[in-house]
Amino acid sequence: MKVSVWRGGADGSLQSFEVPRYASQTVLDVVTHIQRKLDPTLAYRYACRVGMCGSCAMTVNGVPRWTCRAHVDKVVQKNELTIRPLRNLPIIRDLVADMRTFFDKWERAGGHFEGTTTKAEDFARIAPDSAERKAIDAGTECIGCGVCYAACDVVSWNPDYLGPAALNRAWTLAVDSRDANPLQRLRAVAGDAGCHACHTHMSCTERCPKHISPTASIAGLKRAVAKAAMEGKL
Amino acid sequence: MLAVCVIVHLATIVYAVRGGLTAAEIFARTRGSVAWLAFYSVFVLTVAVHAPIGLRPVMTEWLGWRGRTRDTFLFAFAALLAWMGMRAILVLFV
Repeated sequence: MKVSVWRGGADGSLQSFEVPRYASQTVLDVVTHIQRKLDPTLAYRYACRVGMCGSCAMTVNGVPRWTCRAHVDKVVQKNELTIRPLRNLPIIRDLVADMRTFFDKWERAGGHFEGTTTKAEDFARIAPDSAERKAIDAGTECIGCGVCYAACDVVSWNPDYLGPAALNRAWTLAVDSRDANPLQRLRAVAGDAGCHACHTHMSCTERCPKHISPTASIAGLKRAVAKAAMEGKL
Repeated sequence: MLAVCVIVHLATIVYAVRGGLTAAEIFARTRGSVAWLAFYSVFVLTVAVHAPIGLRPVMTEWLGWRGRTRDTFLFAFAALLAWMGMRAILVLFV
């Protein structure tokens, strides 16, 4: 089948290769075949190749996917594949996207836990079936692969927008009763680049390979921010 | 608030339009009505607040317009909507 692959940086172009089709072939198999057998200068990322690490995320026929979990039979169109790096991120080279803005926004959204206790104190007691824990569990499996960020149209229209992954993480921390400063978290996601920029297109939820719904998390943030704003706390 | 205004407005129109409606009939009902003037003033002002707020992200995302010039434009747009709306209802209700 014909496989068109992005080469170069932002000013690069598509290069075509003829790749044999096999049964049970993934897009990652295809890219690896090209690099090993046809053109060793092709740059791409992967690690686990079994759908756990998220490193192999690329745009396949216009859709951001984990290429190791994208069966050629399911994504091929007219026996052709077009493979580009993830959208909304600068291109380092060929199929490799620069993830730095993705993680910078994660930090700007307050993406790391800050507790109040020390190791001298006892554990916090959080019931696993409490509403708080269920809300956190729904969003906590994110591995930062960037597929939702690439799928998001608001990210492409508004470069400042923190994005679905960063906001999803912010939500899982905002509802955590162990958190040191919940108001500071809400302030971090309350501005123009924050949760209210989400238009609920749900591309993130549709594409997330871990079946997380960043849309639901962002909706939670919208409610929490609106409530805090009306109480005059923000 | 805006949702309430819209529902009341639509219900009123649907009710009033039954059996046809002339301009003279409209004016007969509305002229001098303080209650309707108050209601429609609230409607005009909520529109003048709501529409520019909604337009703001659209301008950022589709025109790339940011910062103080965009917000100044939106304040001016809000003033324009308020002026146009109040002008209309003052004709109708005063």
